[in-house]
Amino acid sequence: MTLVQNFEIFAPKLIDRKEYFSPGHRACQGCGEVLALRIILKALGDDVVISNATGCMEIISTAYPQTAWEVPYIHVAFENAAAVGSGVEAALKALRRKGRIPDRYVKSVAIAGDGGTADIGLQALSGAMERGHDLMFVCLDNEAYMNTGIQRSSETPFMAATTTSPAGKEIKGQRTGKKNVPEIMVAHGVPYVATACPSYPIDLVNKVKKAKAVKGPSYLHVFSMCPTGWRCASEITIKLGKLVVETGVFPLYEVENGKYRLTMEMPKKLRPVEDYLKHQGRFRHLSDDDIKMVQKKVDYEIKKLMDKVNGLKGWDEK
Amino acid sequence: MKKKKAASKKWPEKWQEINPGCMVFLPGNAAAYKTGSWKAQKPILDKQKCIKCGLCYIFCPEGCIQEDKEGYFIADLDYCKGCGICAHECWPEAIAMEEEVE
Amino acid sequence: MGKRIGMEVGIAAAEAVALCNIDVAAVYPITPQSHIAEHMADIIHDGRIDAEFITVESEHSSISACAGASAAGARVYTATSSQGLMLMHEILPIVSAMRLPVVMGNANRAISGPLNIWNDHTDIMPQRDSGWICMFAENGQEVIDMTIQSFKIAEHPDVMLPIVLNIDGFQLTHMIEPLEFPSQAQVNKFLPPRKPFVALHPDNPISMGCFNMPDIFAESMKVKETALRNSKKTIMKIWKEWGKMFGRHYKPVETYKAKGAKTLILTMGSMGETASVAVDEMRKKGASVGLVKMRLWRPLPIEELRATIKGAKTLIVMDRAISFGGAGGPVATDIKSYLYQDMSRPKVVNYIMGLGGRDVAVDDFIAMTEKATKKKEDTFEFYGVRE
Repeated sequence: MTLVQNFEIFAPKLIDRKEYFSPGHRACQGCGEVLALRIILKALGDDVVISNATGCMEIISTAYPQTAWEVPYIHVAFENAAAVGSGVEAALKALRRKGRIPDRYVKSVAIAGDGGTADIGLQALSGAMERGHDLMFVCLDNEAYMNTGIQRSSETPFMAATTTSPAGKEIKGQRTGKKNVPEIMVAHGVPYVATACPSYPIDLVNKVKKAKAVKGPSYLHVFSMCPTGWRCASEITIKLGKLVVETGVFPLYEVENGKYRLTMEMPKKLRPVEDYLKHQGRFRHLSDDDIKMVQKKVDYEIKKLMDKVNGLKGWDEK
Repeated sequence: MKKKKAASKKWPEKWQEINPGCMVFLPGNAAAYKTGSWKAQKPILDKQKCIKCGLCYIFCPEGCIQEDKEGYFIADLDYCKGCGICAHECWPEAIAMEEEVE
Repeated sequence: MGKRIGMEVGIAAAEAVALCNIDVAAVYPITPQSHIAEHMADIIHDGRIDAEFITVESEHSSISACAGASAAGARVYTATSSQGLMLMHEILPIVSAMRLPVVMGNANRAISGPLNIWNDHTDIMPQRDSGWICMFAENGQEVIDMTIQSFKIAEHPDVMLPIVLNIDGFQLTHMIEPLEFPSQAQVNKFLPPRKPFVALHPDNPISMGCFNMPDIFAESMKVKETALRNSKKTIMKIWKEWGKMFGRHYKPVETYKAKGAKTLILTMGSMGETASVAVDEMRKKGASVGLVKMRLWRPLPIEELRATIKGAKTLIVMDRAISFGGAGGPVATDIKSYLYQDMSRPKVVNYIMGLGGRDVAVDDFIAMTEKATKKKEDTFEFYGVRE
């Protein structure tokens, strides 16, 4: 048992007991995204307004006349979660200043999937972050357009099979790697950017609380395991989330005012990426050479990140 | 325009009964839909082995595992979809997944 | 009559919005609306009103931000034109379905392609079916009055629908006219701060924008249609209130010397003023000609139209837009479909004119009227296209 697991035994006593997302929602069995959402909402508390993009989380929770949300919630369209969140933030600011709503801080939080963040939603996200709204943006990344039937997104990992990047005879799966949206957010000057995973719930809760506390833009990229889309058993959701961190495929780090810091220490020797890939049907077609290619890519991304962790100064550092 | 009480409306609603803008005024009323019928297997807790750590409660995507009076974390079978995460993560192996027999 | 000042109509529109105690404005500039956006920025940056100005990065985000802000209980305003309105197209039906009282100023400009920044109505016509209340202003005074009225109409509990006010780009937005502004006290009396039906706030958590399965969607559409159609009652009530307070009266269909006229010209927007000069000239020569000016486009004021055109032999509908491959101009098509069932109805002649800023002068109206009276059946044709 690792040190991390030891600490987590006491985790439930440290997490808010209230449920902000009722059961009775229609997520798949073993959905890692709805688990991430449930934990995030616990960390956020009552005083939030959620702006959600079209996607899995919206569809499973708001089939009229029902809603699973116990906090104020609005859904408009697919690509404008950040824009709607900006509008909500501006309204709450103006109305509080003019005394038309109670004098209490309410956080505007925009939640979108990887499509609504990195692809069709990137423009709105970029605009909102540039304008410096007091807006927290959470990307629930299940690495494809899962809700519409597992089509590829720019967050689909290298060589993964999706319906629009299938493992065919000529082209074997996704041809590019993950778009590094946290990096794009740091380039926008967002003061707090972090990656998280629900398999490490305390880490996730801490990051949500930190992001919420920023009086300005903040960005959280949350890895969301998807047994349905990744073609794996529903019970290994949490295990996959741990493997993705232990193999270095999705390192957990935060960037505060430009200073990179790992929040989950990576062991000197990372687990081979094959340990993570072998459980998932979407990587079933990978040959040994393919896995070597994937390993190379992972090593390359780790190196880039560690260069920043070790070498890059924060914005305020002398 | 008045907010109609959900209790007085029957589903499917008439067009005059729909909430304006298809808003839902009752937070969390999705709980009326019991997803427990989805499961093909259900979790069985061995209280002898359970150390009441609550990890299963954190990792349940449904949020249907809650603490009972004695401190044990029990799954609400009305909502449990039988994904097996609790059994898989329970490190004292106190939860076993049993096939659901109709 | 109060004091009149000379002001550019686009700037006046922004000044009118400033009187309305808005909370949030999200505007993306586009010619010829840009003066409205710029002046709104001036007003807010000078601290003349207490509002948030969101400098969005596209029109899609401006309408989305307005939707979010309106849902949170704020009074919101946006403005756009042509390509911007087309970019908003995806969100417009969502805003009306969610019953959010967003007020938008639209500086009418031709839509691409080819690119053209000058005035016609082709930008608002594709938004006909979006469920928004849609009105046209003819002159600068109407722009001021109707902007202020729009907030009251949109937020009224019997309406709760977004409104787009059409202001002909360049032809009206860039004209300097003598305008009278109501005082802040008068506007405050007419338009109190917004009391939203519901708002996004943790004190009363609600979920907005829920999706519909097939078993309820048709009912949702009936709600939308009924709400838009019924809004006319409230619109006219508020116009009556305005008339009592300010002495300027507004009707869904305005007329100019139309009573008893054998030939009627029908216009929407600022070309009505030119048409009225043409009507005067033709009447001087003894022609039985009158003018009908549609102020309210959606919901279509069909009862008022029927009453106005009763008895006329010829109705000349001036369309500043065309539905390609269809039955002609959008206004004529809508009117003809209603008149189809009437026992006696005028011959409808439809001119597609004034596209892309092509000037339509008094002489053009006279020429079109003379041509129309000679026509035998319902037709539509382009006017003024070189062949």
